[in-house]
Amino acid sequence: MKTKKIFRLTLLLVIATLICTACGQAAQPTIKIGVNAPLTGDIPKVGEGSKFAAEMWLEEIGGELEVGGQTYPVELVIEDNESKAESAASVNQKLITQDEVLAIVGPQSSKQAVPAGGAANDGQTPMVSPWSTNPNTTLNRPWVFRTPFLDSFQGPAVAKFVTEEFGFTKAGVLYDIASDYPKGLADYFKQGWEDIHGEGSVVAFESFTTGDTDFSAQITKIKESGAEFFFTPQYYNEVALIVQQARELGFNQPIVGSDSWGSAELLNLCGEDCYGLFYSSHYLAENPTGEAKEFIEGYEEKYGYVPDDVGALTWDTMHIIERAINECGEITGDIEADRTCVRDALANIKNFEGVTGTMTFTEEGDPIKCALIIKIGDDGSKSVYEQTCPEE
Amino acid sequence: MDVFLQQLMNALQWGSFYALIAIGYSMVYGVLMLFNFAHGDIFMVGAYIGFFVSSGLLALNLGSVIGLSTGVELGLVLVLTLIISMLLNSIVGMGVERIGYRPLREAPRASAAITGLMIGIILETANLALLGPQRRSFPELIPTTTITIAGASVTNKKILIVIVSLVLALLVHQFVQRTKWGMAMRAMAYDYVVVPLMGISSDRIALMTFAIGSALAAAAGILFGIAYPVLDPNMGILFGWKAFVAAILGGRGSILGAALAGFLLGFIEIFVTMIFPSTMRNLIAFGIILIILTFRPHGFFGEPFSAQLRL
Repeated sequence: MKTKKIFRLTLLLVIATLICTACGQAAQPTIKIGVNAPLTGDIPKVGEGSKFAAEMWLEEIGGELEVGGQTYPVELVIEDNESKAESAASVNQKLITQDEVLAIVGPQSSKQAVPAGGAANDGQTPMVSPWSTNPNTTLNRPWVFRTPFLDSFQGPAVAKFVTEEFGFTKAGVLYDIASDYPKGLADYFKQGWEDIHGEGSVVAFESFTTGDTDFSAQITKIKESGAEFFFTPQYYNEVALIVQQARELGFNQPIVGSDSWGSAELLNLCGEDCYGLFYSSHYLAENPTGEAKEFIEGYEEKYGYVPDDVGALTWDTMHIIERAINECGEITGDIEADRTCVRDALANIKNFEGVTGTMTFTEEGDPIKCALIIKIGDDGSKSVYEQTCPEE
Repeated sequence: MDVFLQQLMNALQWGSFYALIAIGYSMVYGVLMLFNFAHGDIFMVGAYIGFFVSSGLLALNLGSVIGLSTGVELGLVLVLTLIISMLLNSIVGMGVERIGYRPLREAPRASAAITGLMIGIILETANLALLGPQRRSFPELIPTTTITIAGASVTNKKILIVIVSLVLALLVHQFVQRTKWGMAMRAMAYDYVVVPLMGISSDRIALMTFAIGSALAAAAGILFGIAYPVLDPNMGILFGWKAFVAAILGGRGSILGAALAGFLLGFIEIFVTMIFPSTMRNLIAFGIILIILTFRPHGFFGEPFSAQLRL
């Protein structure tokens, strides 16, 4: 009796599956784009910025793309990676095998982008990170691209700026050793600084681990070492704590930051303590023109705040992928062929004009772009202080 | 010398938090032989309650209503925030005991410990679901003034944090040592089976233990918010683990032991960073604690053996 029932149920399931496969094939293929973002965890504002920009793009194209004379519906598959390395890799795996996305946008920070890039490369699915600046994300991975500049450029650029601006010779560094981005950038900064000022000119190279909130011991050490300023390539929530504690401990010298400071949330948390400081960045929503203006105003109207770096970079990333799909010329419905086609088109993109600058990918899938040095004014406004570009 | 003094002040502040949280761990461990792994998250809840209470009080604008100066108003808000949040959080703590632990009173201790971990995760994710993942900026209840003593920079916040922590620790210690309730708690810690036969309700003692521990956690949360004004739903996890280490180091059920070990842990962490590269902070700090425990397996003030080990 029981076996009969099970048999019947199984039969029913098999039939249902067969019917569904048939109906699935009949429908027009959907262009699915995965977004792998830290919606919760340490840096939720970053995930939010990416998600908003991606959704704005979807709205702009009206939910469909015309490729080779045919219109295809577009769907975003937005997944949370909790700001964890292992979750980012498994989100990519899910997007590749289960959702069968055509391309992946994200993850944002290098801690997630480096392992997730491996998963995308192994799964032969094009991935474009809109924020990761660590060179390892794209290194030897033909399927992985990025839209920001590299830390190997950013670190020395900041070192050069501080030398020229302040004339300092002794630097301190405070960074998170457990996260790829700060760790990598701290090393590149140190290298860049020592190239200018010689061995031993970084007088304090102090670290902590993700989740720490008390930096008093490290800052006291930096202060004692005679450093004339310190560089801290940390995320916005940590920057607020670091700067405040440095001031309370009587460290009144400049504190310099990197592109991770460029979050819309920074000044909400840091407040007046951060006024007057400098950091390097990808873009600033200041006097925009043309398409950039449209994007910034649209975003602000929709979500109530000016888009930050990650929002602008995600916006560019979405458009680069759109261009690549267009250049492909057709969507066959065979996901592997389509992915290969998109990857090749991405690799061939030349002089893409984005909100954050003009991009042409190198062989490694990295664009060559300029960095901006942003100054936070005494009233909390941000302005471009200087622009540095890579030497040709 | 001034570096040493500066790091000493840093360590005192950092140790205060460990001390307050470790006391809560230690009391529950002592009275119920239970590792309340949710305690770090109760600390987190306390900090959030403090955030909402203080924001609410500030929004009431007491200063202009009653006619107080800003300084007095902020002081009043701070005191009220501490009292209200400690009360509210002790209700949370009692809820955790009633719902999470009491049904498992007779279950193997491992099940109860696992329950603690689960309650912790529930509190974290509930916070995420209800309040969203964005960070909260704790309102500034004390305008910072920095004083320089012998080359060391000390803020008024630091001094307040250390003093409040010490006072609370001493109060709880006196409560446990001098009152009848405290005596009942100590009796429970001594013998779990016989004491209820003497007419002491073990359920009530358990509730009280959780209430006191959670109130201290709320105080720690508010002080934490004053010192490090960025709150996030996972702030209690790592912090709770380290405070748990301090509780074990202090000895089962010993309040002063837990406080002392909390400060010691703060000192070790800060001074390891001072002497060695900061990369090795946790490695060396916990290496030292491992060595201490090897020679004093029951902690500083723990009994060599307990009459009723219910493990």
